[in-house]
Amino acid sequence: MDMTRPDHHLTQGLLMAYSAGTLPEAFNLAVATHLSMCDDCRAEVEGYDVLGGALLEHGAAEDDPAAMDEGSLAATLDRIRSAPATAASSDPAAAEAREGTGASDLPAPLAAYIGGSLADVRWRPVGMGVKQAILPTSREASARLLLIPAGTAMPDHGHHGTELTLVLRGAFLDGGARFGPGDVEIATEALEHTPVADIGEDCICLAVADGKLRFRGLLPRLLQPLLRI
Amino acid sequence: MGVVRVTMERSKPRDEWVAEVMRIRDHGDEAAFRALFGHFAPRVKGFLIRSGADPSMAEECAQEVMATLWRKAHLFDPTRASVATWVYTIARNRRIDMLRRQKRPEPEDLPWGPEAETPQDEALSLQEETDRLGAALAALPEKQRVLVEKAYYGELTHTEIAAETGLPLGTIKSRIRLALDRLRHAMT
Repeated sequence: MDMTRPDHHLTQGLLMAYSAGTLPEAFNLAVATHLSMCDDCRAEVEGYDVLGGALLEHGAAEDDPAAMDEGSLAATLDRIRSAPATAASSDPAAAEAREGTGASDLPAPLAAYIGGSLADVRWRPVGMGVKQAILPTSREASARLLLIPAGTAMPDHGHHGTELTLVLRGAFLDGGARFGPGDVEIATEALEHTPVADIGEDCICLAVADGKLRFRGLLPRLLQPLLRI
Repeated sequence: MGVVRVTMERSKPRDEWVAEVMRIRDHGDEAAFRALFGHFAPRVKGFLIRSGADPSMAEECAQEVMATLWRKAHLFDPTRASVATWVYTIARNRRIDMLRRQKRPEPEDLPWGPEAETPQDEALSLQEETDRLGAALAALPEKQRVLVEKAYYGELTHTEIAAETGLPLGTIKSRIRLALDRLRHAMT
């Protein structure tokens, strides 16, 4: 990939939550794609991994240790003996990101969801010349690719929570700012926004939105997979 | 609740955990594994419970994290992460795997250039960094410390997640500069 230097970055909260692994899959996808295009945020996430290690080492668990069950060590050694070091296969997403897709014109994490490059995207028209393609992620949040013809405004779209729009090709203008490849616009409920694709070339972006989801208490609710959020 | 208590007294120098991971890698050393298990397994379990997992799920997940540590000992690179950071990333990925049944998209991998420092020096500084960050976290004003905890335990609100928090984490800043230098180095 070209090493672009995006101007519009992710927030500290998003980068920490990505490091912590508490974001919905669609948001993880947008963050991983931005990190593939942005050294600054990638370095910041590495910093938050170190901070996570410090929290694990020195944090509340040290004060309030959760004792392991009786026989826990023996049970763990049994696990190790019954499934020795074939570990590489247990992390398919990471493996895909590593190996993949060097031939794709998209960053590796996104290429893994499309199964190739931009030419493989199955676009569906949504009006005004705009096209979209929904990507398969877990239900708590949605991810889609948008293709906005040069000079066209993105159709009105309400969102109740947080929406991230990451530019992959071309650029859009919104609220006096220009968003080019690698840039992310972060919209909240409070923000009215109408991105307009820049003249010159069609704009392709990845948009993720969490709709009604509240992040607080996410984990317990995810333990009930049948519940439609 | 909501308070990170940090104690800096050390039962042993942190970098010894590196030696124990290496003993697992090279000799399948169960004594080294017992020591790592005694230190990290309760911490991982506590971390998961704080993140909203029920105790039996947290126990299961912590065992799986420790088993992964054994299986992936050959992949541990002490020049890139301290053992605590490494265990943290394994626990993070396991939690997503087990509790959420999702994959976690990872950024595109970058080729790493030749090491700028000797591995030994770097391994030591990464271990020290974990401890320095622990201290920096403890020194934060209560309000900001709670915000950091909420980020790691999955309790941020929409507003918090979308906003720049402006945390004055000096050590993180220097860590970021270091990581950036390494990235730039890798690109040339």
